[in-house]
Amino acid sequence: MAERIYVFKRFERFWHWSQAGLIMFLMLTAFDIHGTYTIFGFEKAVAYHTTAAWTLIGLWVFAIFWHFTTGEWKQYIPTTEKVVAMMKYYLVGIFKNAPHPFRLTTLRKHNPLQRLAYLAILVCVGPLIWVTGVLYLFYDQWAAWGLGSLSLEWVANGHIAGAFMMLAFLIAHVYLTTAGHTPLAHIKAMITGWEEVD
Amino acid sequence: MGHLFNRAALALCCAGWLVATGPVLAEEARPEPKPLKLTTTADHAKFKELQKTFNSGPEVTKACLACHTEAAGQIHRTKHWKWEYLNPDTKQTLGKKTVVNNFCISVASNEAACNSCHIGYGWKDASFDFKSEENVDCLACHDTTGNYKKPSGLAGNVVTKDMEFPPGSGKILKAIDLSKIAQKVGKSSRDTCGACHFFGGGGDGVKHGDLDSSMSAPEKELDVHMDATGLDFTCGTCHKTSSHDVAGSRYTPTAKDSKGAHLRGKTDNGNPATCVACHNNAPHKSVARLNQHAGKIACQTCHIPSFARGGIPTKMTWDWSTAGQLDAAGKQITKKDAKGRIIYESRKGDFTLGENVKPEYVWFNGNVTYTLITDKIEKSDQRVPINKIGGSPSDGKSMIWPMKVFRGSQPYDPVNKTLVTPHTAGNDDTGYWKNLNWDKAIAVGMNTSGHPFSGKIDFIKTEMSWPINHMVAPKEKALGCAECHSKDSRLAGIQGVYIPVRDNNKLLDTIGWAVVFLTLIGVIGHGAMRIVTARRH
Repeated sequence: MAERIYVFKRFERFWHWSQAGLIMFLMLTAFDIHGTYTIFGFEKAVAYHTTAAWTLIGLWVFAIFWHFTTGEWKQYIPTTEKVVAMMKYYLVGIFKNAPHPFRLTTLRKHNPLQRLAYLAILVCVGPLIWVTGVLYLFYDQWAAWGLGSLSLEWVANGHIAGAFMMLAFLIAHVYLTTAGHTPLAHIKAMITGWEEVD
Repeated sequence: MGHLFNRAALALCCAGWLVATGPVLAEEARPEPKPLKLTTTADHAKFKELQKTFNSGPEVTKACLACHTEAAGQIHRTKHWKWEYLNPDTKQTLGKKTVVNNFCISVASNEAACNSCHIGYGWKDASFDFKSEENVDCLACHDTTGNYKKPSGLAGNVVTKDMEFPPGSGKILKAIDLSKIAQKVGKSSRDTCGACHFFGGGGDGVKHGDLDSSMSAPEKELDVHMDATGLDFTCGTCHKTSSHDVAGSRYTPTAKDSKGAHLRGKTDNGNPATCVACHNNAPHKSVARLNQHAGKIACQTCHIPSFARGGIPTKMTWDWSTAGQLDAAGKQITKKDAKGRIIYESRKGDFTLGENVKPEYVWFNGNVTYTLITDKIEKSDQRVPINKIGGSPSDGKSMIWPMKVFRGSQPYDPVNKTLVTPHTAGNDDTGYWKNLNWDKAIAVGMNTSGHPFSGKIDFIKTEMSWPINHMVAPKEKALGCAECHSKDSRLAGIQGVYIPVRDNNKLLDTIGWAVVFLTLIGVIGHGAMRIVTARRH
């Protein structure tokens, strides 16, 4: 019989879903601005994108505070343990109904691949997007900040590259939510906070 | 008892109030004196000196100068009088007297016609006395009646007795009543400036594109400042004039005004006619991002979305090389377009016209270099610039500006390699417009302007740029972001600046979408395999 453990606390769930909504909205407006399609049009899309970005920054202030005060930041410390096993599982085991090599606990709620992926997002893609995004917003301040030699083209292209990486991550992330012991198990856990473990 | 006392006190107070306010009420009921519309303290109609018959323009001027003793001297120092201007940067001698353009080409030998727009009387040839005070035309700028007219062909003189002109034509020029006009003088207006500046190039709206007769009483949509029922600016509101010298110049324009708004009391020799002179350098209150844009983009670029918006077309091209065609009877012909607008005249050649024209955009730093009659030109695929617009994205002095670029083909001397100054207007044997003979017209014109002419004639393609400044739309009608931030950007030709969307990196997009697509294929494949293998188990 499956055991239920409480993995995602209330704030964490709130943070996850509001962040998910904001990021998807940022994606939607991003490619509108980029000229891929027209939903709001450039002018409105820029305004919405900017507002959503500031909202997400606000949310992050709370999330960072929460991670440090609760010690949850440790969940993102990378580990090499079972990384190969996880890769083997996704490449082979999952098709053979093999047991999941990782057993999650409240203290280790991300599998080793998740840890690595989230850490990559946190230290690579995230900063790329945020640094270039904030620079983009404060383009007129560059000279005052001593960044006069910065190239708008590079900043813009960095932001766009980050957006593509984020979109690829989003696709993989959404797909892997179905890789629990039932297709909706992980999503349920992220809604209720309770994950069933074997 | 106390109650009664209170009532008595109240009654007394009321009576007192009535006494106090009674006379005021009565005064308010009296009819207001009719407001005087004078903008000065002098009613010229009351001046004995003006209550007489004037037989010529100079007679009026003498009367003006009797009181305004220094006015003619002030006028004598201006471009409007001299038609001459020394550009302090390029050292070129410019001015209408000297420059050659690609409209009616040049003034020399055509003074009688062109100089109906001179603020003087009698400039018919080089012998005109520029020191004469009485030849200054006060009324051209100070008429308020709208009746003051200076017909073409009379060298700037006015008609005080009905006359047949040209002689033998049967056309009668009507006399104007100078006395009435002189008694009603006032400040300059859109109409007085417009009498010449709306009609430059030989007709309404021909030359500028942003100045035509629709601007004499524009609606807000056409010009937010001159809006006749709104702010009602005259030209002089911005072209703030001191000692009769009108500010703002097309020879040395202010392309980038970084000095901020002009304050009273502040010593300031800057151009008062720029947008910044009133609006400052950071005028956008709610969207700071637009102030960023204002660092590189002239206000006019976004706030004048198109020119010739008032229903009057402006000339966009003029091909003199096709002039001279005659009909079967040997008469001059005129061709019109579907709207009845002239697109060909034997004496002028082919035109194209434009309305609601999107400007062309260039980096502009305010330096304008003219191709003068003394400059050598080469016939090539490149058009000869009548006025070369200076500017670059990196000189720190340039802004992105809207221009009307007027393109034409005009006669030149292929041996001496210079532009030429043909004699066009004139009721004589050599004026091109009457005789359609370039040889005579150019020989006489070049002789008059004093430049060598080989006798050989060819046509050369030229272009002239006109910075667009007027017809400022209300802010709601300013350019939207996507006009420039799109793949078919208005600023397609602007180099040296990264414009998001216009300059999207194709390689980055290809790689980005490839990564996204492969991820999608990967998860779909993985998911499909999971479904298939799950069934097998």
